Amino acid sequence: MTCTEFLEILDDVIDESIAAETRAEIEVHLKKCGHCEVVLDTTRKTIEIYRCHEIYELPTDVSERLHVAIMTKCSKAK
Amino acid sequence: MSTIQSLAGQNEQHPDVALIERVRAGDLSAYDTLVRKYERQLFRIAQHITQNREDAEDVMQDAFLKAYEKLDQFQGNSKFYTWLVRIAVNESLMRLRKRRTGKLVSMDEDVQTEEGSVPRDFADWAPNPEQNYNQSELAEILKKTIQGLPQGFRVVFALRDVDGLSTEETAEALGLSVPAVKSRLLRARLQLRERLSRYFKRKTPAASQSQASAKGNGPRGDGVEA
Repeated sequence: MTCTEFLEILDDVIDESIAAETRAEIEVHLKKCGHCEVVLDTTRKTIEIYRCHEIYELPTDVSERLHVAIMTKCSKAK
Repeated sequence: MSTIQSLAGQNEQHPDVALIERVRAGDLSAYDTLVRKYERQLFRIAQHITQNREDAEDVMQDAFLKAYEKLDQFQGNSKFYTWLVRIAVNESLMRLRKRRTGKLVSMDEDVQTEEGSVPRDFADWAPNPEQNYNQSELAEILKKTIQGLPQGFRVVFALRDVDGLSTEETAEALGLSVPAVKSRLLRARLQLRERLSRYFKRKTPAASQSQASAKGNGPRGDGVEA
């Protein structure tokens, strides 16, 4: 497996949707390629960081205000 | 596989289905439950597209109202949330069109770029790199980084990786093909990784790049912390 081939299936590797035989090939490649190992590891971390940190926080007071507005509009609709 | 999934889907009814039936029967409190369940996610999607807090608040309200008014059109072939996101995406794009009067706005904007599709930075990251920043610094870094991506990449990443929608659901919510979602997701992930590397890589001077290529001899700091 080349680095380009690895990169093409990077998403499948991250999402763990890889066939068993390809998984073995990937492991062999990662053992000898530090670059691809870093790319895989840091891409996983990228996703994890965005998943764990809400960047567009909706404060409770704003959420309450919007919620009331939505439900008021809905009660008048139809 | 798909047959097994669809059979399982038939047997296990999504909890939203019962709520929607109650709303259709005139029970507004059931809709209240659905709004509470999804308002934060919808707000986030609207923020990713409009990049404007006021617009995102308006989009969220309009999307929930529109979904309520059009609930009879919801067929139940997809998840309620996917259907809701599709409405919010359309509302967000409409809002952008209003802001940039006359200029065409679509999910395909700027996606032709190849920038950042090939990894260049191979330095390993520090362990728990986010701990080197306080909460507001980190939020700023994450916000700035994702805002630098084309809109069509940001939204795919937000739906697929942050919200946890499947590739098929993301495609449906955005009106894109599955291959288009896959290609955008890969590029979004790689571009974000590349940009975050600037902040999160180990603080070792120059050596780190060449060290990363030598297997088993990665950068460890070794007293040369910058």
